[in-house]
Amino acid sequence: MSQAQSGIVRRQGPRQIALRILLFAVLGLFCLYYLIPLAVMISTSLKSLDEIRTGSLISLPHEISLDAWSKAWSSACVGVRCTGLEPYMWNSFLMVVPAVLISTFLGAINGYALTKWRFPGANVIFALMLFGAFIPFQIVLLPMARTLGYFGLAGSVYGLVFVHTVYGLAFTTLFFRNFFVSVSDGIVQAAKIDGAGFFPIFFKLMLPMALPTIVVSVIWQFTQIWNDFLFGIAFTVGDSNPVTVALNNIVATSTGVKEYNVDMAAAIIAGLPTLLVYVLAGSYFVRGLSAGAVKG
Amino acid sequence: MAGVKLDRVWKKFGQNEVIKGIDLEIAPGEFVVLVGPSGCGKSTLLNLIAGLETLTSGDIRIGEQQVNDVPPKDRNIAMVFQSYALYPTKSVHRNITFGMETRHIGHQEQEQAVSEVTQLLHIEQLLERKPGQLSGGQRQRVAMGRALVRKPDVFLFDEPLSNLDAKLRIEMRTEIKKLHQRLGKTTIYVTHDQVEAMTLASRIAVMDNGHIRQFGSPDDIYENPVDLFVAGFMGSPSMNIVRGRVLKNGSCGIEVTDGEGAIVFPLPEALAGKVAERTGQEIVLGLRPEIITHRGAHAPGSNVFAFERAIDVIEPTGPDTMLVFTLGGSEAIGRIRPGEAVAVDQPYRFQVNMDKAKLFDPASGIRL
Repeated sequence: MSQAQSGIVRRQGPRQIALRILLFAVLGLFCLYYLIPLAVMISTSLKSLDEIRTGSLISLPHEISLDAWSKAWSSACVGVRCTGLEPYMWNSFLMVVPAVLISTFLGAINGYALTKWRFPGANVIFALMLFGAFIPFQIVLLPMARTLGYFGLAGSVYGLVFVHTVYGLAFTTLFFRNFFVSVSDGIVQAAKIDGAGFFPIFFKLMLPMALPTIVVSVIWQFTQIWNDFLFGIAFTVGDSNPVTVALNNIVATSTGVKEYNVDMAAAIIAGLPTLLVYVLAGSYFVRGLSAGAVKG
Repeated sequence: MAGVKLDRVWKKFGQNEVIKGIDLEIAPGEFVVLVGPSGCGKSTLLNLIAGLETLTSGDIRIGEQQVNDVPPKDRNIAMVFQSYALYPTKSVHRNITFGMETRHIGHQEQEQAVSEVTQLLHIEQLLERKPGQLSGGQRQRVAMGRALVRKPDVFLFDEPLSNLDAKLRIEMRTEIKKLHQRLGKTTIYVTHDQVEAMTLASRIAVMDNGHIRQFGSPDDIYENPVDLFVAGFMGSPSMNIVRGRVLKNGSCGIEVTDGEGAIVFPLPEALAGKVAERTGQEIVLGLRPEIITHRGAHAPGSNVFAFERAIDVIEPTGPDTMLVFTLGGSEAIGRIRPGEAVAVDQPYRFQVNMDKAKLFDPASGIRL
């Protein structure tokens, strides 16, 4: 009965049962392989240094202590400044929020213009923008450094916002172009006859329709920009470092005792925001999709 | 109220000529249907009138105004699209009022207009729904409502019924005709369905390959097609096209030969005069299925000619039965009363009303 409810018609019998057990065993193994490092990180971050030195890597903490977490947040030494990750988290937020919003917004306008107001050469321009998605970060480092210097943005969070916006445009344009190309041209034509122009059609009709794509773009851009290390270390100095660079400076320190519990806690803290965005926006994304499905 | 006038209108997409110098004059209040096979340029022509495409050359006038360079929003037109083109994120109510919002029309006036059209189209109960929650027929009504609130000079319909199922299509067809009779607005309607064209139009423009082949009343188009294309396109099942040879020994006739022998279709006076010069030459004879029927179906006094052919296929449709047979090497259809049918492969004695036969020049396709 429960088999029938799954909606899949399959043969019954001992051979099939054995195969399914094998299947789930393999899946379970992959899960463990993926989750054990995370479990070790969390468990290590909750141990004291003594316990780490004496116990084994995978043993659970005897005494749960949040000291490592508070140290990672507020007093661990990043290079020579012992401020913890906190100020660098703010740097990252100051960088990621405007960069995500601007690149998503501009990508949406690009995609809309490229598909719904087709101008001569639109395909060439799209191909060139798409090409941007395949340029490795390293290639743009030097020219970008010169450009930032010229604009007076070198070594600042604003410079990073600029770099990430420009670099993200290729991807966000691709997302929105592919969405808008599937939207019926009739809607735009009807709106034109209804008296709406380029921007009213964009803001009142196209952008609300593109909500699922906006969510995809935000998740993608947030993850890319938050996790970026290369641009962060190349274009910022000291105080304006994003959290990825600060994390590296905590973990890769070559002086003093190696505090594994603090390293683990700092790494988890630095990774939390992307998880959070995925959980929040992702659930919204799924809800939006299923709502549409029910309404047909 | 305004008419529409097209003067030597051309449209090219790159090297591709889609509209090839069309002249068309539509009187105020007329219901004109542009009909033709897909790719004939009818939708492009409608988009040109709407201002959704730019002209390559020529003139378009709506009323007295030349509108070549007037954007769609200022042409005082409303359009209904094949895909309905409703705004998916807006409620039915906001779909209908969107045009008035962009034109900054007062709230009071908007509500007034909405309640008028929703009553007219019986969609009052749908106002708060989103387009995704509506059936095809309801979406079509909303799309029409959105066009109606505009109170335009000219209504444009681009194959509005082709996405509906057969029954709904016939209902909506009647509805559109009623609306036109009631509002009396100039309407241009694009379709590939010749039945829709016949039922709705006050005049039909039959298009093919960027040209208008014939522009006339539905009766005129049906009874007096200018050429083989129009004759073949209008009517369902379409006209039987039979190749034959003009004979003259005493009276004038057309000889059609095939494996089952030769038949000479005698021509009545009016037609005989047209082929007087063509004795011995090839000619194309056009016989609509409804003039090839069973015995005794024709009005007394008409020039009835009887011939026999074996039946290949019998297709009952309910009110009539179609008999498919071979005539002059090609397939032909006769339309008879269901009770008169016999069995497949049996010879059947058809009667054809030669007064309604058409003759075409085999080379040019022009009707004689």
